[in-house]
Amino acid sequence: MQKFDTFSGVAAPLPIDNVDTDRIIPARFLKTIKRSGLGAALLYPLRYHADGSERPDFVLNQSHYRKAGILIAGENFGCGSSREHAPWALLDFGIRCVIAESFADIFYNNCFKNGILPVVLPKPEIARLTECAGRGANAIFTIDLAKQEITDPDGGTLTFEIDPFRKHCLLNGLDDIGLTLEKAPAIATYEQAARRTRPWLFK
Amino acid sequence: MSKPLTLFDKIWNHHVVDRQKDGTCLIYVDLHLVHEVTSPQAFEGLRSAGRPVRRPDLTLAVADHNVPTTDRRLGITDEESLLQVETLGRNCAAFGIRYFDMGDIRQGIVHIVGPEQGLTQPGMTIVCGDSHTSTHGAFGALAFGIGTSEVEHVLATQTLIQRPASNMRATVSGRRGKGVAAKDLILGIIGQIGTAGGTGHVIEFAGEAVAELSMEGRMTMCNMSIEAGARAGLIAPDEKTFAYLRGRPLAPKAGVWEMALAYWKTLPSDPGAIYQSEVTLDAGAIAPQVTWGTSPQDVAAIDGTVPDPAEQADPRRREAMERALSYMGLAPGMNLRDIHIDTVFIGSCTNARIEDLRAAAAVVKNRHVADSVRALVVPGSGLVKNQAEAEGLDRIFIDAGFEWREPGCSMCLAMNADKLKPGERCASTSNRNFEGRQGPGGRTHLMSPEMAAAAALAGRLADVREVV
Repeated sequence: MQKFDTFSGVAAPLPIDNVDTDRIIPARFLKTIKRSGLGAALLYPLRYHADGSERPDFVLNQSHYRKAGILIAGENFGCGSSREHAPWALLDFGIRCVIAESFADIFYNNCFKNGILPVVLPKPEIARLTECAGRGANAIFTIDLAKQEITDPDGGTLTFEIDPFRKHCLLNGLDDIGLTLEKAPAIATYEQAARRTRPWLFK
Repeated sequence: MSKPLTLFDKIWNHHVVDRQKDGTCLIYVDLHLVHEVTSPQAFEGLRSAGRPVRRPDLTLAVADHNVPTTDRRLGITDEESLLQVETLGRNCAAFGIRYFDMGDIRQGIVHIVGPEQGLTQPGMTIVCGDSHTSTHGAFGALAFGIGTSEVEHVLATQTLIQRPASNMRATVSGRRGKGVAAKDLILGIIGQIGTAGGTGHVIEFAGEAVAELSMEGRMTMCNMSIEAGARAGLIAPDEKTFAYLRGRPLAPKAGVWEMALAYWKTLPSDPGAIYQSEVTLDAGAIAPQVTWGTSPQDVAAIDGTVPDPAEQADPRRREAMERALSYMGLAPGMNLRDIHIDTVFIGSCTNARIEDLRAAAAVVKNRHVADSVRALVVPGSGLVKNQAEAEGLDRIFIDAGFEWREPGCSMCLAMNADKLKPGERCASTSNRNFEGRQGPGGRTHLMSPEMAAAAALAGRLADVREVV
């Protein structure tokens, strides 16, 4: 997994609540056996007309946001399906950080597995950042995960909360599976005990 | 005396393999269900790291999202779908995982297959790369959806890194009125708490109206707990749960059955257990529900009207409602019963079990769908289909003008050929009415099987209480 330490980029404002995973990446784009190539379909129904042409008024279609690396959204971002294609699509587009008032649980989890930092901030702070982001290409935000700090285009800073273990994994780009496999003896011990107490779970 | 625990607390505690200082836990997984859409990248990850599947015996795979629901002898014609389904078959063979392929009578929607086989049991932890894994909570199992990276993690280690959820109790008191189904209860709760109302929580459904539900009805409720944002739904196991499980092919066999039963009976929440939040609903006060918008929380009683965004104080909520009504092609103040439909879909992991088909068949028996309506029934599994045919339900549906299909996810998410055309309007027993969910530009109204059947007859949204 690619690590996340500091990141600077343009932030695209998407002041909508309940952006569901069907909007982030519709089901018809899930017929793939790869992780890559989904960026073109990111936020498809918001980005494109039914005939596939771009909606010029949508934020990611405006020239200064075409290379946005940060998304600033409303409440309950990523609700709905468990599809990891949603963070894959964000990543493939170039989004490394989503800042929102709240996230749906599974999507939030999935971000960390892909080197994307999801940041939760209170409504008034989101409103201020959204306004800053509205200034376009000159509105560069910097995110410092180690310091848990966002620097806005005017040089103002604000801090955010994050679970220490997730922060550690993201900062170091750690592979969860590798970490867990180091605990293989504990897993084996658990299995031996479960075999005695709940034998019907074992063949 | 020890601290009173909830059902969730007990299952959680029984599955902790390792606990870090910050509270992050390594949780053991008792059952891993796998389907073709969210697994290929996980198997690829295992392959490139040279890792085996730790417990293939606790893993079951089935193809459901992409499979055609028409004549199976023709195979899968869509190349991408075919590749996904074939990849699942190859991965299962390579890693030694049980696989119900498209020709197997046990094939069906993964969340219907698990319970039907008796694999889903109280007290288990169950995961799947699918958000509707919450369905299995109906048996008092802690069951939740995971992403593909976590699928790979479970395949490799049979564990997951998780933090405990908070407990929420949704108590449904009273008795359902005529024509009111489990679907109406869960839609009512989602309407009340919203699609983020359960975030960070496991919702335990309790109360007289929940105890009274069949296992099928309980599965419908737990299935949609994800639509309330919850990590999982749970219902305490009881005599109905045990009776449902007894004798199923993969349920505990004689010899260990009594031991399993004794364990299962220890699971229900202790009196005085703490819930971080509580909601209540009076089943007697709930009318059949339909959604009018593009989120499951956009729900109203069938005898109501389309709400008016102008009455919304919050500007962002008003904008979202306006967008939803524009997408749905509806005007504020319209009677919901005046909304005409083109399509009826009876199916999905929410409502494609035998009881759902019986309920819909009872409404359409000796009647006919409106001329303008295309109606389909997609049974949840090959075994549900067989059972329905043995009961003559297929004849009732076909005589009423429905298409009788092969099992799969079908028009719930339109990954196969079953989809709405732009602008088409569907009365659907599925779980999500998001924009484009049933096909780009398609318009979805969620409701119970009884209500979808009534809509099929009327050619518009209808109150099933006026039909039966």
